[in-house]
Amino acid sequence: MATKEERTVPGRYYTPVTDIYETDNGLMIVMEMPGVTKERVSIDLQSDVLRIEGQIDFSQYKGMEPVYTEYNIGHYVRTFSLPSKIDREKIAAQLEDGVLTLTLPKVLEAQPRRISIS
Amino acid sequence: MALFPGPFDPLLRLQEALDAFRTSNWLDAGPSAAGSYPPCNVFHTGDNYVVITEVPGVKKANLGVQVKGRTVRLSGTKSVEYAEKASVHRRERLAGQFDRAITLPFEIDPQGVKAECRDGILALFLPRAEADKPRSITVT
Repeated sequence: MATKEERTVPGRYYTPVTDIYETDNGLMIVMEMPGVTKERVSIDLQSDVLRIEGQIDFSQYKGMEPVYTEYNIGHYVRTFSLPSKIDREKIAAQLEDGVLTLTLPKVLEAQPRRISIS
Repeated sequence: MALFPGPFDPLLRLQEALDAFRTSNWLDAGPSAAGSYPPCNVFHTGDNYVVITEVPGVKKANLGVQVKGRTVRLSGTKSVEYAEKASVHRRERLAGQFDRAITLPFEIDPQGVKAECRDGILALFLPRAEADKPRSITVT
């Protein structure tokens, strides 16, 4: 998480608030990225590191003068290291109302099984 | 700590507090807002104001906007749901009811208020009431 990297896009980056939970079938990562549209999300997987980046369209704020501010507007980025039991091929993502939901299914060997006695 | 506090103790404590502030990670990446929920930014374009709020994961049906006089009230419910039999590893998202009011420095025209919610951002367009606008009088 704490790795410093150079940015190529102007603007500050923020850490999106994230829930992570596990079910029998896999891991779910739920991130809040208000203001990010589907076209502006990039999800990259490189050597077990899942990097999620969401870009904000600043052009919507053109011509508006801030009077009072409580939050900063910026892009979002967060990286996660994946355990080996995640099926990399089947990672799925869904964006709704500014909430990005990532489904990371476990490989079949890692899913719980009940062994019956023969 | 000496029995009688010396005059430099408060200075030393100030120095320590400043050091703690500098060495903390407040300049590093963090969440974009903290404090009242939902966080609001207020902008103005000409005579009118725009209140922009971050409400990710809140359905439009669960949002309420009321306008009266100079005040705009924003209320709603945010729910965070997990699948059944889920074990939670990390929990940062907030859930619950919110209700806050923002008072503007002018009367709002309630008929002209527009509210748009898209991608977890709620924008309230609040025009200034005609009766509240200053009138220019031609000098004869």
